[in-house]
Amino acid sequence: MTPPPDSTVATRPQRSIFAQEGGGGALPGWAPWGALVGSLIFCGAVEAALGWFTIALMLVFGALVGIVAVYAWSRAVEGRRRAKDRAITMGIAAAFALSMAPLISLLYEVVKRGAAGLSWEFFTSDARGVVGGGGAEQAIVGTLVITGCAVVISVPIGIMAAIYMNEYGRGPLRRALTFFVDVMTGIPSIVAGLFAYALFELFFGPGIRMGIMGSLALSVLMIPIVIRSAEEVLKIVPNHLREASYALGTPKWKTIVKVVLPTAFAGLVTGVMIATARIIGETAPLLVTTGVVDTTNWNPFSGRMQNLAVYAYNEYRSPGVMKQASYDRAWAAALVLIVIVMLLNVIARLVYRHYKTEMR
Amino acid sequence: MARFDTTTNAGQLLAAASGGRRRRGDRVFSNIAVVAAVTILALLVGVAVFLVTEGFPALTASASELPKQQSFIEYVAPLAFGTVLAAALATVIAVPLAVAVALFITHIAPPRIALTLGFFVDMLAAIPSIVYGLWGIFVLGPAAVPVMRWLEEKLGWIPIFEGPASITGRTMLVVGLVLAVMILPIVSAVAREVFSQTPRKLQEGAQALGATRWEMIRTTVLPFGRSSVISGAMLGLGRALGETMAVAIILSVSGGVTFNLISQANPSTIAANIALNFPESSGLTINLLIATGLVLFAITLATNFLARLIIARSQPQ
Amino acid sequence: MSSSRWLAVFAAACVLVFGLAACGGSGSSGSSSGEGSGESEGGGAPSTEASGEIAGAGSTAQQAAQEAWIAEFENANGGATISYDAVGSGGGREQFIAGGVAYGASDTPLSESEGELGKAIKRCEPGELVEVPNYISPIAIIYNLPGVEELKLEPETLAKIFNQEIENWNDPEIAKENPEVELPETRIVPVNRSDESGTTENFTDYLSKVAPSVWTHEVSGEWPVKGGEAASGTSGVVEAVSAGEGAIGYADASQAGELGIAKIKVGSDWAEPSPEAAAKVLDLSKEDPELEKGSKDVIAFEIDRKTESSGTYPIVLVSSLIGCTKYKSASEAELVKSYFEYATSPEGQELAAEAAGSAPLSSKLSAKVAAAVAAIE
Repeated sequence: MTPPPDSTVATRPQRSIFAQEGGGGALPGWAPWGALVGSLIFCGAVEAALGWFTIALMLVFGALVGIVAVYAWSRAVEGRRRAKDRAITMGIAAAFALSMAPLISLLYEVVKRGAAGLSWEFFTSDARGVVGGGGAEQAIVGTLVITGCAVVISVPIGIMAAIYMNEYGRGPLRRALTFFVDVMTGIPSIVAGLFAYALFELFFGPGIRMGIMGSLALSVLMIPIVIRSAEEVLKIVPNHLREASYALGTPKWKTIVKVVLPTAFAGLVTGVMIATARIIGETAPLLVTTGVVDTTNWNPFSGRMQNLAVYAYNEYRSPGVMKQASYDRAWAAALVLIVIVMLLNVIARLVYRHYKTEMR
Repeated sequence: MARFDTTTNAGQLLAAASGGRRRRGDRVFSNIAVVAAVTILALLVGVAVFLVTEGFPALTASASELPKQQSFIEYVAPLAFGTVLAAALATVIAVPLAVAVALFITHIAPPRIALTLGFFVDMLAAIPSIVYGLWGIFVLGPAAVPVMRWLEEKLGWIPIFEGPASITGRTMLVVGLVLAVMILPIVSAVAREVFSQTPRKLQEGAQALGATRWEMIRTTVLPFGRSSVISGAMLGLGRALGETMAVAIILSVSGGVTFNLISQANPSTIAANIALNFPESSGLTINLLIATGLVLFAITLATNFLARLIIARSQPQ
Repeated sequence: MSSSRWLAVFAAACVLVFGLAACGGSGSSGSSSGEGSGESEGGGAPSTEASGEIAGAGSTAQQAAQEAWIAEFENANGGATISYDAVGSGGGREQFIAGGVAYGASDTPLSESEGELGKAIKRCEPGELVEVPNYISPIAIIYNLPGVEELKLEPETLAKIFNQEIENWNDPEIAKENPEVELPETRIVPVNRSDESGTTENFTDYLSKVAPSVWTHEVSGEWPVKGGEAASGTSGVVEAVSAGEGAIGYADASQAGELGIAKIKVGSDWAEPSPEAAAKVLDLSKEDPELEKGSKDVIAFEIDRKTESSGTYPIVLVSSLIGCTKYKSASEAELVKSYFEYATSPEGQELAAEAAGSAPLSSKLSAKVAAAVAAIE
């Protein structure tokens, strides 16, 4: 057995898998930032000189050059492994920044365009009896009701199914179920809508439109996501927690309810959040199931119901003569939708923080 | 029935032997779980039955009865190609980025802001698909036009950049990018969850041996999370295969099977095609569209099957 | 307070605001004749108040107009609730035939191609089928050529452009009709609809009739030529043309906005899309006996695309309302009748022109339509 390595620049064990090579010094703390800023300036100057200047190009090249610069500098001073670590860490940070760029762009656009269409009236009155204007209250209420019903349907079924697959399922049946759930994630949203419509048409005749039909279509889309993320989270709950519980004589169901679920609770909430966010903005299935109406309707079991996504789509598609006003309303509806999801997310985060237990 | 002290091993055995009260609780609970699982299967079977019964007339119709006198295969092939192309493009772009994002949040960013960062990434999932569509048309498309022109000029000899570059930017490349942004939060959420649950023992062990942060991640976090990340990627891929509105709004659909990513002549995807044509269609055309939905179903089945194979093969145990 | 407390307060405040807003508005059915922009003064309401609930479905082209009619109608008849699903003409016809909706709206008249005409007649038994044009919309040829203020196109040239036979703007064939204009060398990008649409069907119908040697494709709602730029919806086409220099497309004239509109040769004139010109085409067109099948309340035209009269613009979309003379319940019939009467009345047509940019029915046609609608019991 080789002695454990120590951090001073003395003897290094030859057979450790993390053998040190060369270097041994350390870069100053400001090094990565300094290199980044330096390379941004450098690239910007080069571009300006060549006449190609754009911010996006400067950022991209600046980041690349910065990473290379840090690697070279660190390699000379600290050694190959440290250099690689630094370069890759910067690369990951750059990838993160790149991924955030679309989000910033999207939010900027929606807020900018949506703010124009917002007004107190937007929230408090519906569009009944108003030509080319009116509020969107019917859409807001509809979205909340339809999504609420979809969550009420999907979450219990989804989580129980995940529990079945994880805690009770045996071999082939469980594998088959996982497989089919994956297939469900690929159902196009409009097919889910058509399916829900066909189902209700069987019982209620043609032309039927109800809020709950939309909820059913959305559930078909939501359930697989809930199941997959719940399953992943339940799988990670360490077995020794379960075994400890059984050793104490707790029945299986109680173990699940009192040990496994609370441990996985935070992850389950995240999964439900992702699934809800996914379906709340769905347009295609609702177009064919819930209908379009300009009166507020709180009852999902009778009559047509408007919702924000379809409302936005309609305003964009058929703007009428006052085109800009309709577009403004469409963006405003999208903005309200995003704010609703943000709120739900915030609530979920609070719950998460409160209940997150660390697993060994 | 006698009560036994179930905190001891002996008590447990005796209680079990006497068929005590908890048997019922267990049975009820497991029955509920089974019912839930069966409901899922029933839903799925329902959708499959719907697709088959409604699609059947189109599958069996001869080419002369179908619109444009094309056989069903001729009609669906370019659509299937477009679907797979767009989804593959999106997944290839999104998964590495999602892993990087997840790593950043769980291992690199300061813990205090990590949760907030995660919140922002999840926000991407909150944005409705029509907004992505409009963003693609108004923002990303026009921004991509100069990039596509450059690609056509410098790299036009590669088939995927053959061009001529679209003047509005509503191409397969842009659709792939938009889809990638849409599925990023899904994959990253799953990855984040699993990366943050990597056992401390493993991570600390690597660090104790003198590993740098990246080496620790490479040897402990990534292998631990590998199969979950693939599952997350499957979730994302499923979403990309079935995405309807964004593709329908953005893509300039006027072509057939082609790998050219930057032109205006693109094949449609199955889901977008249904959305675009369903409203005005009647009779046999509706059956035709639903039959393409059935094909998409089959494609999703096949991709998932393949993925399962890959995961199973790569498991060391 | 800790940050999670702040978050909680923020969340609670938002919930409160939304809740108040929701409660405040929930009693608003029938009461708001509110302040939205573009609202027109109430007018043209039928004299007796109708009540009840009916649903209609169909053409997306009529959507804006239907919304306007419904709003005004509901204003005048507080007890009536009408809803309109713009699922598309095909869906509208299907739902009407199946009995799922009380009335339909379709860009193409019912025909025997899928047996729809026969099925619709059957649906209305023991009453009769009613089909009347109620929405006329000129289709403009929009283009994006900075610096080119006026563009004149002959029908054959137009057909060749959209058939991708002419590739550049400075092609001699276009230049010959536009001698005063400096045409650039830019590539022509024809923009068409990617979704199936009545606009496409009417435009291709026009092209196939005026330039049969060039346009040999089948007339349908799906654009037949591959390789152009395809966009979804009228807004999509308008946006695509706006975004690309050298683009040319076809769309509802009311949506053209700032884009240039081409003048098309009709006879010896260069015609521009206008409500009067569009309505006049219908007056000159003959009714199609194949589509009417002897039902006296069905008015279906074979639009005269080849007309050469001055003051006409033959690239139009004509959309119709579909109903029955008898319904299961008398109140349903009465509501349908009142609504149809309103929509086709001069006031209703003016409203649609204002709200959706359509062309009002000419007085000659209006009289015919009123007679057909009067047959509803």
